Amino acid sequence: MFYRENGQFKTSYQADQQIFPITQDRWGVLLIVAFAFVGVPFLADEYMFRAILIPFLIMALAALGVNILVGYCGQISLGSGAFMAVGAYAAYNWFIRIDGMPLIVALLLGGFFATLVGIFFGIPSLRVRGLYLAVATLAAQFFCDWAFLRIKWFTNDSASGTAAVADLQVFGLPLDSPLAKYLFCLSVLVVFGVLAKNLVRSAIGREWMAIRDMDVAASVIGIRPMYAKLSAFAVSSFIVGVAGALWAFIYLGSWEPAAFSVDRSFQLLFMVILGGMGSIMGSFFGAGFIIVLPIIINQVLPFLGEIAGVSVSTAALTHAEQIIFGSLIVWFLIVEPHGLAKLWSVAKQKLRIWPFPH
Amino acid sequence: MGFFLETLFGGLMAGMLYSLVALGFVLIFKASGVFNFAQGAMVLFAALAMARFGEWIPQYLGLENMLLANLLAFAMAAVVMFVVAWLVELLVLRHLVNQEGTTLLMATLGITYFLDGIGQTLFGSDIYKIDVGMPKEPLMLFESTFDGGIMINQEDLVAAVIAALLVAALSLFFQKTGTGRALRAVADDHQAAQSIGIPLNRIWVIVWCVAGVVALVAGMIWGSKLGVQFSLSTVALRALPVVILGGLTSVPGAIIGGLIIGVGEKLSEVFLGPYVGGGIEIWFAYVLALGFLLVRPQGLFGEKIIDRV
Amino acid sequence: MSKKIGDVILDVQNISLRFGGVKALTDISFNVREHEIRSIIGPNGAGKSSMLNCINGVYTPTEGTITFRGKTFDHMDSHQVATMGIARTFQNLALFKGMSVLDNIMTGRNLRMKSNLLMQALRIGPAEREEMAHREVVERIIDFLEIQAYRKTPVGQLPYGLQKRVDLGRALALEPQVLLLDEPMAGMNVEEKQDMCRFILDVNDEFGTTIVLIEHDMGVVMDISDRVVVLDYGKKIGDGEPEDVRNNEEVIRAYLGTSH
Repeated sequence: MFYRENGQFKTSYQADQQIFPITQDRWGVLLIVAFAFVGVPFLADEYMFRAILIPFLIMALAALGVNILVGYCGQISLGSGAFMAVGAYAAYNWFIRIDGMPLIVALLLGGFFATLVGIFFGIPSLRVRGLYLAVATLAAQFFCDWAFLRIKWFTNDSASGTAAVADLQVFGLPLDSPLAKYLFCLSVLVVFGVLAKNLVRSAIGREWMAIRDMDVAASVIGIRPMYAKLSAFAVSSFIVGVAGALWAFIYLGSWEPAAFSVDRSFQLLFMVILGGMGSIMGSFFGAGFIIVLPIIINQVLPFLGEIAGVSVSTAALTHAEQIIFGSLIVWFLIVEPHGLAKLWSVAKQKLRIWPFPH
Repeated sequence: MGFFLETLFGGLMAGMLYSLVALGFVLIFKASGVFNFAQGAMVLFAALAMARFGEWIPQYLGLENMLLANLLAFAMAAVVMFVVAWLVELLVLRHLVNQEGTTLLMATLGITYFLDGIGQTLFGSDIYKIDVGMPKEPLMLFESTFDGGIMINQEDLVAAVIAALLVAALSLFFQKTGTGRALRAVADDHQAAQSIGIPLNRIWVIVWCVAGVVALVAGMIWGSKLGVQFSLSTVALRALPVVILGGLTSVPGAIIGGLIIGVGEKLSEVFLGPYVGGGIEIWFAYVLALGFLLVRPQGLFGEKIIDRV
Repeated sequence: MSKKIGDVILDVQNISLRFGGVKALTDISFNVREHEIRSIIGPNGAGKSSMLNCINGVYTPTEGTITFRGKTFDHMDSHQVATMGIARTFQNLALFKGMSVLDNIMTGRNLRMKSNLLMQALRIGPAEREEMAHREVVERIIDFLEIQAYRKTPVGQLPYGLQKRVDLGRALALEPQVLLLDEPMAGMNVEEKQDMCRFILDVNDEFGTTIVLIEHDMGVVMDISDRVVVLDYGKKIGDGEPEDVRNNEEVIRAYLGTSH
């Protein structure tokens, strides 16, 4: 009843191909973004910013990058943690070693170097697919693990092997409060979100999806697989690199290579699978789900345990997380391989004909 | 020179362990086209089961004979792995028939996490021992040829023999029995095999059971050597490059690939490591696999991958 | 029908194709004239699709050359082939199942899109105008193939007959000079076949596109072709106008399956 397109006629192709062609969608998204910028700061407390919102925003950005490579272009990657690490350490070195380096420039440089590494480790995708490509990306992961651990130059020769940044500011405004960090990350996410959405609905996005769906046919209509695949790696790594730099600078403050281990790569992949491969919204859903779920488990399980008279140790909570995640991945792959995003769009479909059942 | 040979043998032995895990990968892939990322988790799960049964049996049944207790523990752990295999087929594989390889791969990633979590919940997350009476003292060989002789771990030697026997048994199974033939048919083409009446579901259960037993043997040997702990599950990640090198469809490839990787890791760590700050083992196997992927993706003994339009 | 058939535009010379021990094609030679409709027929397994795959660059012939508009190649590169103006459809529908009809056909325009990544990301000015210009071309193709109602539907959800039209649409989006059609009417009922015939004839008529057609339906072949090539077991056994080929004894034997 409310969500109908009745009366919405497009009179130009331009109107038809906007990001949100349905008026209700457009208003809905604008409202959500406005709420995020203006409403949330009044409602959220420091814990919410620190533990939920800021990690969610940064991980959503990273998941967005991974989704472009895995979901839109169909190239499986288990090396996203490494690309985050490259972004973080590159940004770190530029920031630390050059006086007065603006934060945003450092972040972009981090993304740029992640792009270079991404393209390099994307070269095997020209020869192999699927599991074999996963192994190639794992090579990137483990090599970077080692490099950032052993090569002292990357961590500015610090004795402990940790890297740390302090006194961040953007355009003269200090980024010290959780609110400031939240707004900064939100802005970055919105900008990259729009750019990514533009990319996936234009020619390059179609090339990526063509390669994903059938790369032999793609080359027959004149798409160059090499350009499409490497550009997917490049764009994806750039976004993931910036996210890595944000994760290090803003969320962690000080970090070790272990923050970007293979577990991180798996976490990002799970976000994309659960959220919906080949969907920008899906990346956000997946990130939110995976950030929030452990918190819910940590609250609910001990509570249930109390009722049952069983004490639940922290180790048990970790294991419970693993069990639940594992089951969810399998369940989603069987029941809804297109993830939460598909469930969402099915819900919208039902909403369009509400209150009628069909 | 003696030191070189020692390192070489040490590498061979380590490689043998990789080969055992890789064997599980190859078996499942050959028979179902599924790449089982969860193989490492299965090794851990099986080892945990065996370790704990090994403790509980003497405790609860009062069985004093070590050999009997261990055999019983092994048998029970094997049964547990059969149950796992049956459940995996029932709950996961059956519903993902003819999906893309990537989907199945990611499903096995999910199974990995699940097994890790549930294994530690059921059997505990401390470090456990498996004591199957393997000789622990090192052997000194060739004392006359080389100064002081070359030290070889007896335990590793026994492990190598067990692994060799296992491989021989499996090869016979695949080549000579009807079930083996059915397994190979299924590996080639699910739908074709179904259409001639091969019961896909049963075949998959069988193959996962076999892989489960292989995982158990691997877990037993690793566990006996290193103790059973969570890091065992990351063994799968170490064994992936082995199947790339050897070829995803080749049993001899898994063995030889494992040996090459084992030797390569040890040698590079000892002789190259000092120049680049050590810790090369982390990535050596993977970078080697990367090289192979660029030059010869099917590995040393695998079948060429052809795409048809 | 007064149609100007031009000179030879595509010339296949002594093409042989072997896969290990299997000889898919042996010493095939024929030519295609501009603006004509050339059919390739033959029993199953005769090598017809393999022939198209050679022209298209999907397979590399073991021997022989292909000449297109005067330039000779001993093997074709699929990207190059697309830029030269040869497009094709596939027997087994190599459509991009995850994308909508509109997007599938738009991918055919990718060759002509010039704006780079950054401009596409920002979606301003030239990038936007280019996208709209190509959208217009694609919409004309959609009108031509009468699939307007399905333009936003994911291709995987469409019935087979409509998918075949999308396949044709995508090939047409390349604005090709030569169109290779691999069994475009396979699995269709009579009405669908009539529609498809109409489309093929219209394309040939309005745009002058040269058509190379693999087809099993003899009625269609005899009706719309200007010339026919017959293959059997990888060898050419007939070449000429439909009437001559229909009465050729070897061709009759190949189809009725008497002694080989």
